[in-house]
Amino acid sequence: MSLTDKDVNHVARLARLALTDEEREKYRGQLARILDYIRHLEKYDTKDVPPTSHVVPLSNVWREDEARPWADPESILANAPEREGNFFKVKKVIE
Amino acid sequence: MTDIHRLTALQIAGLVRSGKRSAQDVARAFLSRVRSLDGDIRAFVTVTEPAALAQAKAVDEKAARGETLGRLAGVPVAVKDNMCIAGIRTTCSSKILENFTANYDATVIQKLRAADAVFIGKTNLDEFAMGSSTENSAFFTTRNPWNLECIPGGSSGGSAAAVAARMASLALGSDTGGSIRQPAALCGVVGMKPTYGLVSRFGLVAFASSLDQIGPFAGNVADAAALLEVISGHDPRDSTSVNRPIPNFLEGLSKGIKGLRVGLPKEYFIDGMDPEVETSVRDAVKVLQSLGAEVRDVSLPHTDAGISVYYVLAPSEASSNLARFDGARYGHRSSRAQNLLEQYEFSRDEGFGPEVKRRIMLGAYALSAGYYDAYYLKAQKVRTLIKRDFDRVFESVDVVVTPTSPTPAFRAGEKADDPLQMYLSDVFTIPCNLAGLPGISLPCGFSSKGLPIGLQILGRAFEEDTVLRAAAAYESATSWVKVP
Repeated sequence: MSLTDKDVNHVARLARLALTDEEREKYRGQLARILDYIRHLEKYDTKDVPPTSHVVPLSNVWREDEARPWADPESILANAPEREGNFFKVKKVIE
Repeated sequence: MTDIHRLTALQIAGLVRSGKRSAQDVARAFLSRVRSLDGDIRAFVTVTEPAALAQAKAVDEKAARGETLGRLAGVPVAVKDNMCIAGIRTTCSSKILENFTANYDATVIQKLRAADAVFIGKTNLDEFAMGSSTENSAFFTTRNPWNLECIPGGSSGGSAAAVAARMASLALGSDTGGSIRQPAALCGVVGMKPTYGLVSRFGLVAFASSLDQIGPFAGNVADAAALLEVISGHDPRDSTSVNRPIPNFLEGLSKGIKGLRVGLPKEYFIDGMDPEVETSVRDAVKVLQSLGAEVRDVSLPHTDAGISVYYVLAPSEASSNLARFDGARYGHRSSRAQNLLEQYEFSRDEGFGPEVKRRIMLGAYALSAGYYDAYYLKAQKVRTLIKRDFDRVFESVDVVVTPTSPTPAFRAGEKADDPLQMYLSDVFTIPCNLAGLPGISLPCGFSSKGLPIGLQILGRAFEEDTVLRAAAAYESATSWVKVP
C-alpha cells in the first residue's frame, strides 16, 4: 500500500510529533511497508471470534479514592522542565 | 577470593547470610568487574556505585545487629533502566527522560530491598523497550560479552549482558514481545517472562500494558527461580496483578521430569532459521526425552500471525501510554516551543528516537477513525485465535519447547536500517506474550562461531513451577552454563 504525505501528517499530528520533511519521507515508506506486512491478518477468519484485550479474567479493580500525603514534593518538582514555586509552568492552555 | 562472581546468586546470599562474606566485599568485587569490563560491553546506563556500597553497608550492619538477613542478602542486582529506583535516574534509554530522577521505588525494587539485595546499576535498553538489539538506545549500543562485534539482543540487552559477563549476579528485565528471553538466549543466560499478572508492574514505565511483564535474568535456573519468587505477588497498586498465593518455585526444581509431556510445535521450526539453532534445540529435546519426558509433535497453527498481531497491538498501546511525555511535568521540553501544541510536538520530536516515533505513529494509525476495525479489532480477534491454539495444545502436553530466537546474536548494524527485518527476530517469543503465558530461555549450545543458543520452554498460565522444573532438569543434565 502507499501512504501520502497527508496521511503521514495526519498520524504525526495524532501522535503529537512535529516531523521534519526528511523524517516524513522516511516514515512514509517504512510505515507503508509495515502496514503491508500487517495486512496479512486479513487472511484469518475471525467471524464469531471475540477480541482479546487482556488475557487474565480480571474485571474492574476498585480502590478507595483517598488522598495520601507525599513526603517529598520537591522530588517531584525537581523533574519539572520549568516551575514557579510549587507549580509546573507550561505554555498558555486557553488562548 | 577474587572469583566471587563465579558463584551463583544463591551461594553468594548463603555466604553473606552466614557471615562468611560481607555484602560490602561482594559489592566491591562486582563493581570492580563493572569498572574493568563495562568500558567495552557498555551494559550500564548508570552505575550506582555509592548507593550500592551504602546499601551493602546497611546489610552488613543489619547482620552485625544479629538480625536475620533476606533471601538475596548482598546479591548484586542490575535493573533495566525502565524501572524506578527512588533517587536514581530512570532514562528508558531515551533523550526524553535523560535527566529524569525517579522519586519512588517500583514494587519489584521494594521487594528486592526487603530481601537485602544490592542494586549495582541501571542497564541499557532499546528506547522504551522497543527493539531487539539495544541499537535503539538513544545513548549507545550494548555489546554481546561473547563477541563484542555482536549485539546482546533486546530490549533488555544491558541486563542480559551484565549477567552474562557477571558484572551483576542477577538482573531484572521486562518482556513485552520477547525482551527478556531473546537477549537471554543471545547472551547465554537464563531469562524468564512470568505469566501476565504474576509480578507487579507498578514503577515499570509502561510500553504495551496488555503484554508487559517484569522477569528475572540469572546465570542458572535456580537463581532465576529464587529471584522470581522474591518479586512475585499481588500488588494493589497494579490492577492487573493477580491475587494468588506465591508459590515456592525452588522447592520442586529438582523433582525431575519423568512422564512430563513435552510438545514440539512444527510451526517453530521454519525455513530460514539457522541450522545450528535447529540442531541444538532438537538435541535438547533428545536430552529431555532421555530424562523421562514424553515428546509429542503439536501444532500452533496461528503462530505466523503473531508478529502482525503484535505490531498492531503493542504500538497501539504504546501510542496511548507514551502520550504522557508532553514536556509539562517532567522530561525533555523543547526550547523552540511558542505555544502549547508546539511544546508537545517539538518536545516529542526532539525527545523520541526513530523507532519510538515509528511505533507511536503506527499505533495512532491503527487506532484512528476508519482503521480501528481493520487493524486494532482484527488483531485482537486473531490474538484470541493464538491464545486458543495454546489452550488446545496444553490439554495434551505440559510444556512446549521451541528455539528462543531463529538465529544467534547478529552483528551490530546488520538489521538496524530495516525495521521489519528486526521485527521478524521476535517470531518465536511474541506468541507467549499474546497468550499471557510463562516462558523461559536457557542456554542449550553454541554456534560454530562461539555464540550462545537458547532453548525456550513455555507453560500453562501460572505454572511457572513446571516450566522451571523442566529447565532445571535440562540444565543439570548438560553443561552450557558458561561465563565468557
